Amino acid sequence: MSPKEQKARVKQVLEKHRHDKSQLVDVLQDIQAAIGYLPKDALQQASQGLDVPLSRVYSVATFFKAFSLTPRGRHVINVCMGTACHVRGSDKVLESIEKKLKVKRGGTTRDLKFTLETVNCVGACALGPMVIIGEDYHGEMTPEGIIPVLEQYK
Amino acid sequence: MAKLKSVGELDALRKTITGKKDRKKTIITVCNGTGCQAFGSKSILAAFQEEVKKQKLASKVEVKAIGCPGFCERGTLVVIKPKDIFYQRVRPKDVPEILAETIGKGNVVNRLLYTDRATNQKVTNESDVPFYKRQMRLIIGNNGLIDPTVIDDYLAIGGYSALAKALKMTPEKIIDEVKKSGLRGRGGAGFPTGSKWESTRKAKGKIKYVICNADEGDPGAFMDRSLVEGNPHSVLEGMIIGAYAIGSHEGYIYIRNEYPLAVRNMTIALEQAEARGLLGKNILGSGFNFSVRIKRGGGAFVCGESTALMASLEGRVGEPRAKYIHTSEQGLWGRPSNLNNVETWANVPLIINKGAAWYSKIGTKNSKGTKIFALVGNIVNTGLVEVPMGTTLREIVYDIGGGIPKGRKFKAVQTGGPSGGMIPESLLDLPVDFDELTKAGSMMGSGGMIVMDEKTCMVDMARYYTTFLEGESCGKCLPCREGLRQMRYILDGITEGRGKKGDIELLEELCATLVDASLCQLGQSAPNPVMSSIRHFRKEYEAHIKDKKCPAGVCKMGRSK
Repeated sequence: MSPKEQKARVKQVLEKHRHDKSQLVDVLQDIQAAIGYLPKDALQQASQGLDVPLSRVYSVATFFKAFSLTPRGRHVINVCMGTACHVRGSDKVLESIEKKLKVKRGGTTRDLKFTLETVNCVGACALGPMVIIGEDYHGEMTPEGIIPVLEQYK
Repeated sequence: MAKLKSVGELDALRKTITGKKDRKKTIITVCNGTGCQAFGSKSILAAFQEEVKKQKLASKVEVKAIGCPGFCERGTLVVIKPKDIFYQRVRPKDVPEILAETIGKGNVVNRLLYTDRATNQKVTNESDVPFYKRQMRLIIGNNGLIDPTVIDDYLAIGGYSALAKALKMTPEKIIDEVKKSGLRGRGGAGFPTGSKWESTRKAKGKIKYVICNADEGDPGAFMDRSLVEGNPHSVLEGMIIGAYAIGSHEGYIYIRNEYPLAVRNMTIALEQAEARGLLGKNILGSGFNFSVRIKRGGGAFVCGESTALMASLEGRVGEPRAKYIHTSEQGLWGRPSNLNNVETWANVPLIINKGAAWYSKIGTKNSKGTKIFALVGNIVNTGLVEVPMGTTLREIVYDIGGGIPKGRKFKAVQTGGPSGGMIPESLLDLPVDFDELTKAGSMMGSGGMIVMDEKTCMVDMARYYTTFLEGESCGKCLPCREGLRQMRYILDGITEGRGKKGDIELLEELCATLVDASLCQLGQSAPNPVMSSIRHFRKEYEAHIKDKKCPAGVCKMGRSK
């Protein structure tokens, strides 16, 4: 996305929320949805547009797990680490993905294909361990079973 | 959709909707909750719809996407009504056979029926499935009857009749009724709902807020998700009644961002309720105004805490504050605010409709009504279970949950999420209510119930919860921020074979400090998993420390990090 286009997108989001300070969390959520992450320029623009100090924008952007300050992969992988999935061995599934993609949790592959993240329960506990890629739910995963699933994503 | 201008118009509309229903028409319901969607319910729905169209059955058969009835283990769930034939583990390839056999010829497809493990018999009807039969499904039962995206479905089962009734009552009378019902907050602390409403009503200030906490952060708990997804109007109706009783005209629903379907269905519910005149200005012609906005959470466990949630609603970092002044007096924007959990709100219409006298007959002395539990972990029937307060753990785990799979032995059940405690086998006959769970060193929490078998290591579980809470601690107060980190170091050491003599005592000391000195409930209750596991499973800790052995075979002893 060009800087100009990015600026226009952020402007749209700010206008949608009528430059309302109390909408900061929502504004950041919408910017992230539009751009894919929260670039520095966008945070500055949000700070000015909402009349909120940049330090506060930054603190909110780094406090909540939903936000990322670095570019994310085309496919975001969320490995559920909720209790039910943990009891059924989700950490081994995570290890297997880390090994296959050569990234640690929170990281993005060099080719920007995958971002690997963890989530604390998506409420689909009957199917644990659960791995969510984009909007697809893959249940009853095993360290071996996840490999062909990853290969489906281009 | 026309606006309803009076209670009379609502009743008339309800009659029209129920009158239009063709009772002979076959209805195929497909669970479309997050759990069943993960099993592929969307393609099953599409397959049914396509086949019905292709075979020109539309006049005889209706395909309906419903909310989560709770039996997630057996998804995707399909029920053929009015015959009440219950098919489980349905896959898209089964659709043509169901249509040809059951719809076409009236035969039951045997292989898709549920098998009762106790008797090894096939069960044909949904109402006979033991998992459902032993429950008391007052709140969650309606999920299976309605399409959550169609308000008329909710109206057809008597929806918004409690609101109509409440609008004719005085606010004081409503509060009195809720107080008499004995309803206590389902979010964890179990505070009496009626008293909370009363203090918010009495608090000074023109502008007051009612808030619904749908930031269900406890891993392994998903009853709130299922209610918001599967029956959003019941939650909304409770909120409108509460707002009327409290004297509030603005409400917020704070939903976890990790629940996209819940956000979607609640958004639709708000739009439809407003279009029907059940929300917004001059509700049902009563002169009462109330509007609701949805706010998505940012993925922070601590935002389930009331003051942190309100900070997040104001667009700030979700840090709690000390509660010298209650949020009922100074909450959101410093104004009187009443926060209740999803399940609490969903109980309100029931209490207004059936009365406090009826409601307070259910449950135990100090815990009234039913509670929905999320039964997960090493259990045969994973799912949502609604039982009267006071049901024993044994009934829940064995009679409803079907016991432990793979012939393994039961070890413990963890209730109350990361802030709850582990309950050993010796306490299985404990009647589950707010007070009994606290006495056992655990808590009700939001109602997560994680069953653990003999292959689960209790020290590893304590480490898991401590690691979780360390990551979710907001960092504002020192005891929670640093205490949890130190506890995790010690637990890492024990589970990796580096445990030392005195570690258990040190853990106990740290736990006591966190309980006494933390700012909010997150820190104050964070030691529960560690304390309860030491209390009931001390031998396992000792085996790790002295013998450098993990009795359950989970911890890789001697592995260095």
